Amino acid sequence: MTKRLPKKDVVIIGLGWTGSIMAHELTDEGLDVVAIERGPWRDAPTDFPPTYMQDELRYRVRHELFLRPDQLTFSFRNKIGQTALPIRSWGAFMPPNGVGGGGVHWNAETWRFLPSDFVLKTHLTQRYGASFLPEDMTIQDWGVTYDELETHYDAFEYLCGTSGTAGNLKGQIQEGGNPFEGPRSRPYPTPAQKQPWGYQLFAKAARELGYKPFPQPSGNLSQAYTNTLGLQMGPCTYCGHCEWFGCANYSKASPQTTLLPALVRKSNFTARDNSEVVRINTDRSGKHATGVTFVDTSGEEWEQPADLVILSAYSLFNVQLLLHSGIGQPYDPEKNTGVIGRNFTHQTISSVNGFFDHTKYNFNPFVASGSIGMCVDEFNGDNFDHGPHGFVGGGYVGHVQTGARPIESTLVPPGTPKWGAAWKKAVKENYLSTVKPGTGVHGSFYAYRDVYLDLDPTYKDRFDRPLMRMTIDLHDNEVKQNKFLTDKFAEIIKAMGAKAVAPSYRTAPYDMTTYQTTHLNGGAIMGTDPTTSAVNKYLQHWDVSNLFVLGASAFPQNAGYNPTGTVAALAFWAASAIRNRYLKNTGPLIHV
Amino acid sequence: MYDRKTEDCRVLQSIDVEDQGMGQATSQGSALRRRELLTGTACLLLGMSRAGATQILDRLPWEPNAGAPPTAARPGPWQFFTGAEARAMEAVADRIIPPDPDTPGGKDSGCAVFIDRQLAGPYGKQDGLYVRPPFQPGAKNQGAQSKDGPAEQYRSWLGALDHAVSLKFGGKVFADLPDADKDDILKGLESGSLTLVGADGKAFMEQAVKDVQMGFFADPIYGGNRDMVAWKMIGYPGARYNYLDWVDRPNERFPLLPVSIAGRAEWTPRTR
Ligand SMILES: Cc1cc2nc3c(=O)[nH]c(=O)nc-3n(C[C@H](O)[C@H](O)[C@H](O)COP(=O)(O)OP(=O)(O)OC[C@H]3O[C@@H](n4cnc5c(N)ncnc54)[C@H](O)[C@@H]3O)c2cc1C
Ligand code: SF4
Repeated sequence: MTKRLPKKDVVIIGLGWTGSIMAHELTDEGLDVVAIERGPWRDAPTDFPPTYMQDELRYRVRHELFLRPDQLTFSFRNKIGQTALPIRSWGAFMPPNGVGGGGVHWNAETWRFLPSDFVLKTHLTQRYGASFLPEDMTIQDWGVTYDELETHYDAFEYLCGTSGTAGNLKGQIQEGGNPFEGPRSRPYPTPAQKQPWGYQLFAKAARELGYKPFPQPSGNLSQAYTNTLGLQMGPCTYCGHCEWFGCANYSKASPQTTLLPALVRKSNFTARDNSEVVRINTDRSGKHATGVTFVDTSGEEWEQPADLVILSAYSLFNVQLLLHSGIGQPYDPEKNTGVIGRNFTHQTISSVNGFFDHTKYNFNPFVASGSIGMCVDEFNGDNFDHGPHGFVGGGYVGHVQTGARPIESTLVPPGTPKWGAAWKKAVKENYLSTVKPGTGVHGSFYAYRDVYLDLDPTYKDRFDRPLMRMTIDLHDNEVKQNKFLTDKFAEIIKAMGAKAVAPSYRTAPYDMTTYQTTHLNGGAIMGTDPTTSAVNKYLQHWDVSNLFVLGASAFPQNAGYNPTGTVAALAFWAASAIRNRYLKNTGPLIHV
Repeated sequence: MYDRKTEDCRVLQSIDVEDQGMGQATSQGSALRRRELLTGTACLLLGMSRAGATQILDRLPWEPNAGAPPTAARPGPWQFFTGAEARAMEAVADRIIPPDPDTPGGKDSGCAVFIDRQLAGPYGKQDGLYVRPPFQPGAKNQGAQSKDGPAEQYRSWLGALDHAVSLKFGGKVFADLPDADKDDILKGLESGSLTLVGADGKAFMEQAVKDVQMGFFADPIYGGNRDMVAWKMIGYPGARYNYLDWVDRPNERFPLLPVSIAGRAEWTPRTR
């Protein structure tokens, strides 16, 4: 039997980055807020101590901090008509679990999207003509602009203490920063992180090839910082155990370091951990959310009524909960109707490893941080003329090697056997002199009619609900884009002085077993038209106006950057709409 | 491996369980009680939490010793492998990583011990993975779809390997062969030119190479990389956490020997 809890003003589903931001904003407004989190409470001193956090096997290989697939997983296929099979163990991406969400074990590469990314369809059509775009590509404008989001990007960066070098201050291009970025109202709160030798060599080579390299914006702090809520963070020690791991130093921007210590002090905030929301409840009209139902780890079911529901469970789980709650019309790719599950996208990641003469080069590659790196943005978004190339989209390329944990980072030059004496000798010679930029090529992934999310006909989760099914493949446009970017990147690595380079392109079919990023997007996208978007420009659900859906599920397509800067800016943007407009006059903020 | 104590949902705010006789005393008791009585939620919230609600007021939910330190692989007999399987596995490990004058091979660095402890633990049993039926064969890019976990797989692989060798080499097992023959067998499995009865030899080689090398480079607390031999070989300093002094030193060799999570090599217990 479901037990009913007393009603709250706001219930937040998932206490990761966006949930924490929204909890902070709405408790400031004086609302009584409860956040319900599927995973356990986690904090630096107890859960990520520097005595054992450097355990590659436990955290990287065995995925200690992540969701277990037996708790919840998805099914996957490339094409409509194929049988989707369950993802039995994680591969291409890693869903978070626990207080702090992905903010616990992210790299903290903190990017803003380009102004043109937000008006993508309009921009590309104007520049190249509508016929330049592939026929089945379903990219859209966001409904919100870079200018509208600027103060919110700024708020997130000053919350995090983001380290970086400004490239565009109020329209003035700055030496050493990214000249392609949108205008920012102030510099980064802290200077860029230091760059060890290998990264400096990359920057030098890139400069000599005519590019403008700049340090990657980083939520691994370059110096001590007191954030906008008065919380103190320490300088990053370049421990090289960042993404997949929690930071033991209070040096990585995460909800734990930037928000939660302030949030838990508020008497109008409550958090429940180890409680999984299984459904958003609506009244009989289906137009009003009444709260959520969740299950605790003892299997007990609870109902939490609330006036306002914030869905901030991470992109995939947002879509899955909407589908399971019957909110919004599910997308049908055949008829091209419906919105939930539409415009699902991921990322096109590839890399080029560089092998250097070990008698001349020692990079000490284990000295690194999660967001360290020197990047080049000439090939991102529409920063270059796509006309001659026959594809749209792009990404940044950079030497962004985030550590050299030895299980993953003992590489051997192409042509070396996979085992035996020759392999062993090659490992020994190459470890210190290899450049392994991880997500060195970080590319966009545009939307297509046949890449989407729906419910699986066969496989069930532990509550006997259908798994959510992913139908996803790489299209020609993305394959071409990746080939172009990877080749440009290889040229720079070669120019650094590598004696051998090993590019690995991203090719079709999409592969669920090799990690790319956890930057999954879409499925409940924002827009200006309720027939092609699930939420309006304030992330308010078109049909259920007291439900806001935060996270990258709102991205109409993916740009060539990491998402969280934009995810967080949108959360601040939605919070400001709730505070300044919605609470004064509840109901739809936009009428069509 | 890292079983966290399972708790029911915790309410990370202000529940006064003290007066209900359910929890430990707290200095903020009366303030909490007042607030909960005002909102009238105390009893309902209490009902939720069987394993004891965490009480938080004005502070983070700090619990002493709440973290779960790793459990080191313990010295002693094989935990998963039979004697014969262990001999085969050690022999395989020693070909994947052969000994040389500077660095021991897969056997003496403990790679088979590493795999043994992994197979005896949650990894071997696919703990936490999605193992609901139906199991249908799929494309490689859809990921493993086997009902069997690695433990069952290794059992059948190693048995089939010794069986194949004994047919070919007059009753001998893999570990008895000269190195050159061992290498030929492993290369045959790798390329698919040699097949095993009732087991996928190619999959075995792929997995064995991965697991042996993983054991070689993982922290020694898991039984492999004994005395941090692999880390010393490549120049990896191990579980250190502060390189602030080393960011600005182009092309200079880091001078310190590695440390493990369990400390320096001399302090690390032997696993077998
Ligand atoms: C290894 C890794 C590295 C990354 N590096 C970067 C990077 O460098 N830069 C970048 O921009 N992004 C990075 N990301 C992505 C980043 O983590 C996400 O973009 C970000 O965390 C998304 O915020 P969110 O609030 O939408 O979701 P999350 O932070 O994931 O929070 C969602 C929370 O909801 C909880 N939840 C889910 N379902 C339920 C439910 N049914 N009931 C209750 N709770 C639920 C989850 O447990 C989780 O805590 C990385 C991700 C990973 C995994
Ligand atoms: S690299 Fe820096 S920010 Fe990342 S975990 Fe280590 S110390 Fe923390």
